[in-house]
Amino acid sequence: MKKSGDKKEVPAISTASLPDVIFMILFFFMVSTTMRDQEVLVRYKLPNATEVQKLEKKNLVSYIHIGVPVTHMQARYGTAPKIQLNDTYKTAKDIGDFIAAERDQLNESDRSQMTTSIKADKDTKMGIITDVKQELRRANALKISYAAIESEGY
Amino acid sequence: MALNKRKTPEVRADSQADIAFLLLIFFLVATTMNTDKGISRVLPPIPPEDVKVEDQKQKERNVLLVFVNGAGQLMVADETMDIRQLKDKAKEFVLNVNDDESLPEKEDEEIEMPDGSKWVYPVSKGVISLQTTRDTGYETYIMVQNELTRVFNEIREDVSMQKFGKPFSELDEAERKVVTTAVPQKISEAEPRKAIKK
Repeated sequence: MKKSGDKKEVPAISTASLPDVIFMILFFFMVSTTMRDQEVLVRYKLPNATEVQKLEKKNLVSYIHIGVPVTHMQARYGTAPKIQLNDTYKTAKDIGDFIAAERDQLNESDRSQMTTSIKADKDTKMGIITDVKQELRRANALKISYAAIESEGY
Repeated sequence: MALNKRKTPEVRADSQADIAFLLLIFFLVATTMNTDKGISRVLPPIPPEDVKVEDQKQKERNVLLVFVNGAGQLMVADETMDIRQLKDKAKEFVLNVNDDESLPEKEDEEIEMPDGSKWVYPVSKGVISLQTTRDTGYETYIMVQNELTRVFNEIREDVSMQKFGKPFSELDEAERKVVTTAVPQKISEAEPRKAIKK
């Protein structure tokens, strides 16, 4: 009997520090993440590699996504791998214009530093990648990076 | 006055958690983790049309041909090979420790050190040529690229240890430039086979 009486007297856990905890998590996410700048319309799983380097200046990087269209777009675009530039599916021929547009957004001094990151699904065939590479050469965007996930080796 | 101030009720703090939660959820949804890592490469510029391709022909001993077919099989210098052997083979090719006749030539180059002195290092003239077909898988390609990058990274690491006594990652920019000049990353990414044979 006495015990149950004791139980009743246990005070509720103070929630005064809850906001602080949540704020800490919030700040962690604010610092370690970046804004989503575009909706990715292709599904891709990056290959693994051990010798990856971090891309230094984010504003100098333009992305080319290559992969199978996401499920709700498959009805219209099929399941063959597609190239995504900005927010739409494009073909390799549009890369020249895309690079020119991206280059125009940069400062004159930064243009030589521009990097193109190729984010391609690991099941893609090299044919489409080679087409992209050829177009990039033609557009004189020679610095590229094959996006990969850092792994411990195999 | 003083009485009034004392009567001002405290701002309620219980909703602070809810506000923080809202902000947290907003950031969880609207942002992505920074996972931008990749294998960096510099593509060769397209040669002007009036330059003949023959001019760029390399001596046979200076080229290591790595060919990956559609089934993911690897052929290195006319023999099939497992990807695990590729790194050692390529390293042997680039270093050419015993100055073998069949392995690439080296050319003594004067490299300017950060302190102003000159350093002569035999720079290998070897080029690794990576060829694929159009139906080679991207994953295999990246694995091969990764192995080749590892070759150069390991050699740079060794040179850096010998010359500066510290790993490549701890060098400053000027020292790093010395090492990269001594060990240039010469990986040629040719167009796929079919396009060449045409």
